[in-house]
Amino acid sequence: MRPGQPPVLALSHVTKVYGEGETAVHALRGVSLTVERGDYVAIMGASGSGKSTLMNIIGCLDVPSGGTYHLDGTDVGGLDERRLAIVRNRKLGFVFQSFNLIPRMSALANVELPLAYGGVKAAERRRRALAALDRVGLADRVHHQPNELSGGQQQRVAVARALVTAPTLLLADEPTGALDSKSSKDVMNIFDRLSASGRTLVLITHEEGVAAHAKRVVRLMDGQIVDDVRIAPVDGPPPLLAEVAS
Amino acid sequence: MNTVEILRFALRGLAANKMRSALTMLGILIGVAAVILLVAVGEGSSRQIQQNIQRLGANSLTITPSTMGGGGGPGFGAGRGFGGGGGGQAGRQNTGPRTQAKNLTVEDARALADPANAPSVKSVSPIVTAQSQTATYEGASHTISQLVGTYPSYFEASDKPVAKGAYFYNDDVLAARKVVVIGQTVAENLFGTVDPIGKRIAVSGVPFTVVGVLKEAGSSGFQDADDVAIAPLPAVQQSLTGFGPLGQILVQAKSAETVDAAQAEVTEVLNQRHGITGSASADYRILNSATLQETVSAAIGTFTVLLGAVAAISLLVGGIGITNIMLVTVTERTREIGIRKAIGAPKSAILGQFLAEATMLSLVGGLLGVLIAVIGAQFTIAGVKPVIVPTSIALALGVSVAIGLFFGSYPANRAAKLRPIEALRFE
Repeated sequence: MRPGQPPVLALSHVTKVYGEGETAVHALRGVSLTVERGDYVAIMGASGSGKSTLMNIIGCLDVPSGGTYHLDGTDVGGLDERRLAIVRNRKLGFVFQSFNLIPRMSALANVELPLAYGGVKAAERRRRALAALDRVGLADRVHHQPNELSGGQQQRVAVARALVTAPTLLLADEPTGALDSKSSKDVMNIFDRLSASGRTLVLITHEEGVAAHAKRVVRLMDGQIVDDVRIAPVDGPPPLLAEVAS
Repeated sequence: MNTVEILRFALRGLAANKMRSALTMLGILIGVAAVILLVAVGEGSSRQIQQNIQRLGANSLTITPSTMGGGGGPGFGAGRGFGGGGGGQAGRQNTGPRTQAKNLTVEDARALADPANAPSVKSVSPIVTAQSQTATYEGASHTISQLVGTYPSYFEASDKPVAKGAYFYNDDVLAARKVVVIGQTVAENLFGTVDPIGKRIAVSGVPFTVVGVLKEAGSSGFQDADDVAIAPLPAVQQSLTGFGPLGQILVQAKSAETVDAAQAEVTEVLNQRHGITGSASADYRILNSATLQETVSAAIGTFTVLLGAVAAISLLVGGIGITNIMLVTVTERTREIGIRKAIGAPKSAILGQFLAEATMLSLVGGLLGVLIAVIGAQFTIAGVKPVIVPTSIALALGVSVAIGLFFGSYPANRAAKLRPIEALRFE
């Protein structure tokens, strides 16, 4: 840990219970996880392992039943709805499996949206959104609506939308789950380059091929972390990108 | 997130479902247009009727003979009515216990003109009327719907100023001179562009000299108020109607304040002259233009409120339409709301967006409604020229916006309260 900088993510004994009494489902049974700045973590697990629940909690979409969660040094559990919206807007970038672009809005408008909610002025917004779209290689598709884009292109717009606010943490839930192998490669390439440029990424996936891109792989089973393997150092480049480079 | 931004989102939301938005707007449009137009029709008919009443003359009392005394009880009247026989006979007997209904006479008028009997009375004009008299002038022919025989005071009392030429005078009445003052319609039909003053026209074969032309009064519903001719009373009686009873007596009070006093005096004088006491019902009727105006105004006011209320209900129904459609929209866009929340939309932005959508629906619908109402008011509806009341526009628009805010707030609140995790899972 770099001195003076809190970890991006610090989960401590987080539990999540759905329902009550006899029918209660324990989705998470005490997960503790710390993610440093610049790390590239893949969280793996079969369906029902609790990885989606974990993702929702990390993404501040859901609140844990027990334990504490610090995001970039802030205790998220104590925040009200208004502050949570600000945290989601400024510190988090989401990439979903089903892209979740807003229909009937151009790629540019979709990418501008988080900046609009963040109160960024129109001209600045446009400049940053165009830059983000350029980074994902879609500079020539800015005025297309989601239904005019392929799945891979839609996911790249979603990535641009997630990183346009320069969030502390980029969170991806099965980002390649709905893509063909070619598009998957494109998207994972973008993630690798983002990691190389120092962004903190957390991916949720059940594909080994995707997890191989990460510097660290965490395995989840029945709501508990069962395995935590570091593949590459936090400060170094991501493993697959490094291979290409060497 | 500024207001412009929220409005843009709202506009985009509405544009996404054009047909649905248009139909929802139509509800409000009809409501607003109905409120404005119906109130305008009410106001228009009210003004029209008031004008007609004013045409009777200011501060004036019109006395007409009444054969329908109504003194008999209903049973009595009905029983006789079934008797069949001559309808005229039955009608006569229906007048009840009054043995003989007296007609209005010139003597009655003279008595009313006596300041000792009726100090509040300014002038008295006895009137006989000859309907549908054919007048000719050098081959041109026109049927005057009303030929009035009266005294010069009639012009002032009935508010009929002369536009060209002059009135006739008391001398003309005393000498029974055949002079006549004609209305605009008569002048146009008989003379065209020729100056009618000094010309001789023949009314049912009797020659009259035109001395003046009345100022245009405009038509009033069924009757053309300009299709008249006014001549001295004895001249008309001599040549056309005969010296029978009077059709009316027009009494002008000294001022608006003394109209009621004048009515009391007239009643007293006539009761005395016609021998009407206590229970017997009068054989004449007094029409008080001021009272009539008040009564009619009140009636029309109620009528207008009623029309407005009916229209307001349709506005309310339009508002419920907005709630309905906004609820559908919120449900349909639950996922979108979830996405927006996940990327950091604050509650206020979501609330604002849906509220703005609802308000825009009602505001645009309302504005179009005003437009339609204003256009519709240019036409004559059911014989009435609508008069738009500005406050009704302000009210209808205000209410429609309020409806948007009020009926939109429930669905908007529901959207804003959605939890992102549940909204995202929604399919």
